[in-house]
Amino acid sequence: MDNLHKRYGSTIAVDGISFQLARNEIVGLLGPNGAGKTTTINMILGVLEPTSGAIRIEGLDISKQRSRALDCTNFAAVYAPLPGNLTVYQNLRVFGLIYGVKDLPKRIEALLREFELERFRDMKSGVLSSGEQTRLCLAKAMLNQPHLLLLDEPTASLDPATAQEIRAKIRHFADHRRCGVLWTSHNMYEVEDVCDRVLLLARGKILLEGDPKTLPHQHGKQTLEELFIAVARE
Amino acid sequence: MTPGRTFGIVLRHFYLVSGSPARVLPLFAWVAIDMVLWGFITRYLNTVSRAGFDFVPIFLGAVLLWDFFTRVMHGVTMAFMEDVWSRNFLNIFATPLSISEYVSGLVLSSIATSSVGLLVMLLLASTIFGLSFFAYGLALVPFLLVLFLFGIALGVLGAAIVLRFGPASEWFIWPIPALVSPFAGVFYPLSTLPSWMQHICRALPPSYIFENVRAIVAGRTASTYDLGVGIALAILDVALACWVFARVYRHSVRTGLIARYSAETVT
Repeated sequence: MDNLHKRYGSTIAVDGISFQLARNEIVGLLGPNGAGKTTTINMILGVLEPTSGAIRIEGLDISKQRSRALDCTNFAAVYAPLPGNLTVYQNLRVFGLIYGVKDLPKRIEALLREFELERFRDMKSGVLSSGEQTRLCLAKAMLNQPHLLLLDEPTASLDPATAQEIRAKIRHFADHRRCGVLWTSHNMYEVEDVCDRVLLLARGKILLEGDPKTLPHQHGKQTLEELFIAVARE
Repeated sequence: MTPGRTFGIVLRHFYLVSGSPARVLPLFAWVAIDMVLWGFITRYLNTVSRAGFDFVPIFLGAVLLWDFFTRVMHGVTMAFMEDVWSRNFLNIFATPLSISEYVSGLVLSSIATSSVGLLVMLLLASTIFGLSFFAYGLALVPFLLVLFLFGIALGVLGAAIVLRFGPASEWFIWPIPALVSPFAGVFYPLSTLPSWMQHICRALPPSYIFENVRAIVAGRTASTYDLGVGIALAILDVALACWVFARVYRHSVRTGLIARYSAETVT
C-alpha cells in the first residue's frame, strides 16, 4: 500500500497510509473505532476506490488488474456473513467457483474437516451459531489458498477456546501457505499472541509500528492495551 | 471472461430456487393465472363480438408474449435482489468476479427461470385455448428475441437503480412492465394513441412486435423493416443498460456505497 488516501467530502478517513506485507507475516491493524481500519481493508479488497495512492498485490495494481489481484486474495469479516439461505456446502461451492479453485470438491471436504463444519454441511448457513458462521467465513476465506488474507475481527464472536484454535489455524496457514495476513482486532492479548508486527492507526494515519511484544516498552507502557489506550486518547 | 465464475452466479440462483417452493411457484403461477384469465376473456369476446377475427391469437398471444418479457426482466432483477436481500454485496464484489461475468450470470439465471414460465404458458394456451404459435410463422423468432433482449435491458437497468438508490428502491422496479405496457401497444394499435404517446412508443422495441403480431393475425405479413428496427433498438437498449450498470457500479466503488450498502446513502 503506497500513500493511500480516502476522503469523503471534507472527511478524511485514511490519510497517507503506506505499508508492506510479506509472505508468512501476520500484521495487526489496530486502532480505535473510526481510525480507518475497515476503510483500508475495503480499499485493498477493491470495493472502495482510494482518493489517491496505489495498492499492489503480488505486484498487480488493483486499480488496473483487479481480477488477477483479487484471485490471490480473500477475506473474512464479522460484518460480512455468507448468505444464510444457502447451505454450508453450497456457499463453499459457489465461492469456490467464483475464485476458480482447482479440484474444488476435494478442497471443500478438506476445509469442512479443518474447520469442523462436516456435520453442518447440508444446513442453511443462517441457522448456524455466530461462532459456526465465523468458522464458515474463515473456510471461505481459505478456499483459494490466498497469498493475502484480510481478517476483520475474525475471532470477535468466538469463545476463548475456539478463538485460540482459530488463531493457531491461521498461524499455521500463514506459515505453510506462504500467505501474508492483515488482521484487525480489539483483543490486544490476541494481537500479541499471533501478530509478527502491528500498525497502530488513529485518525487515518499510522502512528506507531513494530513488534507487538516490544513496542509497548519502547513507548514506556507495560502492555499493548495500555499503549493502544494512550494512542486512542491522543 | 471466466465461464466458471459466471457459472458460480447461476449455480447460486439454482440452489436458491430449487431449495425453495416460494421461489419455484412464482416462476409459473402468475403466468398460468394470466393465461387462464385471458383465455376465457378471449373466448367470451369471440362469442359476443362481430369483429370477424379470432381474439385468441391477438389478446392471448399478446398477453403470453408480454408475460414472457416480464418474466425475463423480473428474472434478472430477482437474481440481483437475492444478493441485496442476503446482504451479500461485500462477499460478491470483493472476489475476482468482473461486472460482465456477474451480469452474464444474472442473464443466464433469467433465461433458465423465464423458460419455465414460457413453457407453462405455451402448454396452457395451446392445449386449453387452441392458440397455435405456428400462426405467427418464422416471425415468432424475432418476436421472442426482441422481447427477451428488452427484458434483459430493463432487468439490468432495474438492478442498476437498486444498486444506486438502495434496497428500498426495489418498489420502483417491479411495476416497470406495467408502466411500459401502455406505450408498447400490447392490446391496441399504436394509431389508437395520441401522437405524443406514439413518439414514445417508437423508441420502445416491443411496440414493433405487437404491431406485427396484429398484422399477421389480420392476414398480412410481418414487416422485415419493423422487426429489424425492433431488434436494433433492443440491442441498443441492452448495451445502454449494461453501460449504466457499469457506471453505477464504478460510482458505488468510488463512494463506498457497496461497502456500506444497507446505509442507503444517496449522494
